[in-house]
Amino acid sequence: MVKTESKNAIVVKNLHKSYKQLAVLKGISFSVERGSILALLGPNGAGKTTTIKILSTLLQADKGSATIEGYDVVKDSNEVRARIGLTGQYAAVDEYLTGQENLVMIGRLYHLDKKEVNRRATELIKQFDLVKASTRPVKTYSGGMKRRLDLAMSLIAAPPIIFLDEPTTGLDPRSRLVMWEIIKKLAAQGTTILLTTQYMDEADHLADNIIVIDGGKVIAEGDANSLKAKVGADHLDLTISKKSNFDDARRALKSEKIKVDAEQRIISIATKGGVKKLKQLLGKLEDAKIQVESVSLRRPTLDDVFLTLTGHGTTKTTDENDKEAK
Amino acid sequence: MNSVMWTVADSWVMAKRSVTHILRSFDQIMSLVLFPIMFMLLNRYVLGGAIDTGDVTYVNYLFAGILVQTLAFGANYTTINLAVDMKEGVVDRFRSLPMSNNSLIFGHIAADLVRNIISAIIIIAVGFLVGFRPNASLQDWLYVFALAMLFTLAISWLSAILGLLVKSLEAAQWVGFVLIFPLTFISSAFVPTETMPAALQAFAENQPVTHVIDAMRSLLVGTPMGDSGWLSVVWCTGIILVSIPITGWLFRRRSAA
Repeated sequence: MVKTESKNAIVVKNLHKSYKQLAVLKGISFSVERGSILALLGPNGAGKTTTIKILSTLLQADKGSATIEGYDVVKDSNEVRARIGLTGQYAAVDEYLTGQENLVMIGRLYHLDKKEVNRRATELIKQFDLVKASTRPVKTYSGGMKRRLDLAMSLIAAPPIIFLDEPTTGLDPRSRLVMWEIIKKLAAQGTTILLTTQYMDEADHLADNIIVIDGGKVIAEGDANSLKAKVGADHLDLTISKKSNFDDARRALKSEKIKVDAEQRIISIATKGGVKKLKQLLGKLEDAKIQVESVSLRRPTLDDVFLTLTGHGTTKTTDENDKEAK
Repeated sequence: MNSVMWTVADSWVMAKRSVTHILRSFDQIMSLVLFPIMFMLLNRYVLGGAIDTGDVTYVNYLFAGILVQTLAFGANYTTINLAVDMKEGVVDRFRSLPMSNNSLIFGHIAADLVRNIISAIIIIAVGFLVGFRPNASLQDWLYVFALAMLFTLAISWLSAILGLLVKSLEAAQWVGFVLIFPLTFISSAFVPTETMPAALQAFAENQPVTHVIDAMRSLLVGTPMGDSGWLSVVWCTGIILVSIPITGWLFRRRSAA
């Protein structure tokens, strides 16, 4: 089955891709160790979906190469397709078919024999808590059920490698947790998983390794702890009492790396300094006679990671994403 | 199994999917049943009295026209269904599988054949109810069936091209009619072509739908066959042979974007 004995199931080298004038990938390289979870973390338009599409043979890169279990995604595309499962950003389920029929259809298209398909379908339906719904057309399913079925469909042939493109976007918190449990279980069984996400906490929770991408480039790489060490473990959010004081507060703290939300009157500061730093910041504001309404400490979000790594937030690339989506 | 066998197996899976869509979609069932009945009754009773078809009764004349028109509309579903698949994530899933890419299109076209067999049975039943009296032998009926399927394939492949060309589902809804309406109305379907203005007559008498209708009419009620038999087979086969590589090329182009 495995062509090379390398420890990496996925190897990506210097991928470039442009849509007309717009460069979406500008030289992405990374590798994924067999049996591990890698998260591609980045805002809309960073190139996450494009990367997944190239790796799952849907799209060809302009430059660079990618191999799955040693098979080239362009030259050996059929070998690659037999070894991967893809769950895209939008549930790719057939609305008119039942859950059971969807699973059997995909199993047959993976060229499994009938007995094996039925056995796997029954198993997955149980595992993904779809027993009661399995004989109903999918159009009657909730969003969370569709996502679970979608994932089950990519697992029908038990492929060694799974791609999950934003597996929890648009799900309610409960369905999100269910999805996380399923993904962790899969990895524990030895499946190699490459997932994309916009959420730091998702990457933190699931991934053994995180690649942060922005504007088609890898800007940071490492496990969650090392990234957080770079970003600062905690964030202080200071809410300023009066809008009229907000600009003064900004000036008072201009020596810090701050992020502001003028609408909500919040100033955020990445810090590792704990109470001492907090006292110092509050002191500065007090000296400037600015009242602080509330102080809160929180975990870093993707926005914070980006602010620290790139100096800009995550919003500027949204219009590029519109183009990428086409 | 070799790749041809796999293509057949994959197409079978995709055809089952598309046929299930017909049976589970209320819209498709309704249009499948209502359109043929409606067109048959409207033409037979509203227009029929005013149209002179010479030796054959109007309902005997009309039957082949309604049958072919219904087949053409039925085969047009490939445009919409293919456009829907291309628009949704489902095509990405299929393309990431180790399956034959053509089987998605084959599946839709196979569903058109099934759909048209159902429509044809309805048309024949309604036809008999309103006075259609063919004098065809069993062999003639078999020829009619074969030609009906060949014609369905030709329109289906054309529809596949349209389905891959359109950018939106709204366009998929009407673009087929732009093709089908002129071809079925400017033909010998409902009126003898001699009553049309010269330019229309020239078009009507030399386009494939007229040949198919004339051939079927001849087989069913014994009107003169002329060249329509072999011409209809050549036209339909030609359309299929030209359309297959075009759809293949369009599918690859669309999915690479």
